[in-house]
Amino acid sequence: MEENKTLLKIEDLKVSFFTPAGEVKAVDGISYTLGYNEVMGIVGESGSGKSVEAYSVIGLLQNPGKVIGGSIEFEGEDLLAFTPEQMRQFRGNKVSMIFQNPMTCLNPVYTIGDQLTEVLNCHDNDISKKEAKERAIEMLKLVGINNPEKRMKQYPHELSGGMRQRAMIAMALICSPKLLIADEPTTALDVTIQAQILELMKDLQKKENTSIIFITHNLGVVAEICDRVSVMYAGRIVEQGKVNDIFYNPQHPYTQKLLASIPRLDEETTERLVPIEGTPIDLLNPPQGCNFGPRCSECMKICLRKKPPFAEVGDGHISACWLHFKDMIDKKEAEKDE
Amino acid sequence: MSEERKKLVEVTGLKKYFPVKGNLFEKKYVQAVESVSLSIYKGETLGLVGESGCGKTTLGRTIIRLYEPTDGRIVYDGTPIYDKKEKISVNMLPYRRKMQIIFQDPSGSLDPRMTVGEIIGESLDIHKLTASKKDRSDRIRRLLEEVGLNTEHANRFPHEFSGGQQQRVGIARALAVEPEFIVCDEPISALDVSIQSQVVNMLEDLQESKGLTYLFIAHDVSVVRHISDRIGVMYLGCLVELAESYELCSHPIHPYTQTLLSAVPLPDPEKNKTRSRLLLEGDIPSPINPPTGCRFHTRCPYAMPRCKEEMPELKEYSPGHFGACHLLEQNGSHNTSTSPNNKEDKE
Repeated sequence: MEENKTLLKIEDLKVSFFTPAGEVKAVDGISYTLGYNEVMGIVGESGSGKSVEAYSVIGLLQNPGKVIGGSIEFEGEDLLAFTPEQMRQFRGNKVSMIFQNPMTCLNPVYTIGDQLTEVLNCHDNDISKKEAKERAIEMLKLVGINNPEKRMKQYPHELSGGMRQRAMIAMALICSPKLLIADEPTTALDVTIQAQILELMKDLQKKENTSIIFITHNLGVVAEICDRVSVMYAGRIVEQGKVNDIFYNPQHPYTQKLLASIPRLDEETTERLVPIEGTPIDLLNPPQGCNFGPRCSECMKICLRKKPPFAEVGDGHISACWLHFKDMIDKKEAEKDE
Repeated sequence: MSEERKKLVEVTGLKKYFPVKGNLFEKKYVQAVESVSLSIYKGETLGLVGESGCGKTTLGRTIIRLYEPTDGRIVYDGTPIYDKKEKISVNMLPYRRKMQIIFQDPSGSLDPRMTVGEIIGESLDIHKLTASKKDRSDRIRRLLEEVGLNTEHANRFPHEFSGGQQQRVGIARALAVEPEFIVCDEPISALDVSIQSQVVNMLEDLQESKGLTYLFIAHDVSVVRHISDRIGVMYLGCLVELAESYELCSHPIHPYTQTLLSAVPLPDPEKNKTRSRLLLEGDIPSPINPPTGCRFHTRCPYAMPRCKEEMPELKEYSPGHFGACHLLEQNGSHNTSTSPNNKEDKE
């Protein structure tokens, strides 16, 4: 199933924001591929560029953000060369997105039904009103909204948070896209509702064979739903691999520290947490070397001078850290920094 | 902890209703906190968890009387500071020195037009705690150092700091008056994952060095479990379960606690696959029109006819483990086979 079946291929993507204070390299050269029927998790803290990267895939990057390098291929087509009209057709039909806050993404003055059928009318000119309505009701049923006929006539404010997120998912999936980008879809929800939504997304993913890019900062959610994971830090992917590799055999110091720093419900951890010292870097003045270098306890001299390349540390498991090249670099360079 | 623990805060039958728009004949209230009774012992951390809208923040604020209670009794260190029946309602100013609060939104709770030094110094001035100007600036400096900030930060404004640093300023402000009891209202929810553990550790260190008592409110069960000695679980204004934190997480007795714990995604892919998950149907009901009887009965998988009519009381089922559920009364001790952390049962 894997071979030669790449849905999305991103290569060396660079996105910068040109602000009055200078250029902010929000995404600084990331590459990955996404297969059919695969769920890729993108984890990172706020400001790590995880959302910006997703916005450039779906073509929703806003000023002053610009893609300044690299390529995005979707089923062999170059997305960056699309005209706005092509992009509009592409969005919704082949790729769609679920946002963090459903209240701000649903139009408050249209009913749920209007908004759902609008998607269909936009992408399929032949569909009749009746068919569109039937399809919308069917979709609402699929995402577990009971009494869909009644909900169709309601406005977003009449629904609860979990219900709105379900409506958003219905809207995103109504044209059966091949790729769904979920940008922190459960962050604004309570844990019990989050559990419902995650179960729903897992179910739908199996039924509809959609690939998902799942963006979140919650490691628990990633472990729950993803097949593969990319860990991002300050605009770069630091580690990428299968979900089990990332959680049981993390190779990059950042991933290791991140996993060690969260309190866990399932273990007897009354001991102290091991925090990552320092604060995330200022993207306006990124360091010359490894972005994580200034906070890394293993930091060597070379880490402060040069950005580390990727090392293949396992099957489909890569990590960008000089530690993996310790034997190959100069002894002087490998000395610990201070 | 010793057996002879001293109760620092004791709350009995505390209620807080907020009026909402009704009509001439019928006044409507949001029943945010409904008859909550609990004690907080000196030197401990009591965690409060629950979903949004369950009243945990309101309870925290009502205990330190930032909100005037609707009914009930609050005793602080042996002195009643509020009692509806006996019409006691003391002047809170001297108690503000003993009870402080750290807010959820660090930027929203700091005045943008005051420097950090002024923010921290304000409470020193109100309580007249400093003898001279020099003493005042010394204390501000010491406080900043205690929370891991530089002393020159005193002259900066809140917007110049990151979220984690702003939260540290909020903590320094709370510590300025040398309180005994601090309500931590979601102090880390707004922070990044890598910063959260820094702040959690700092709160633990401060507790140890100053002998503080915390009421730690958060929606993240894993964090609350980490920091708390005991945990209370709230649902729709009611306290449904209260126990030692390890006991609560390994043997939850209330059906709501069980579902809440099983809903937390674990950062462990294999465990997530194998454990059985209890899913709740539907959403949390409105606190304006809460269900009759047990407030959880509309979503409870074990609901009985009795649950619709009678509100269960919080009772002790094993030493230190309280629960409010009719099912427990019936069975004596509830079967914990449905608990999400089954593995611990075998021990």
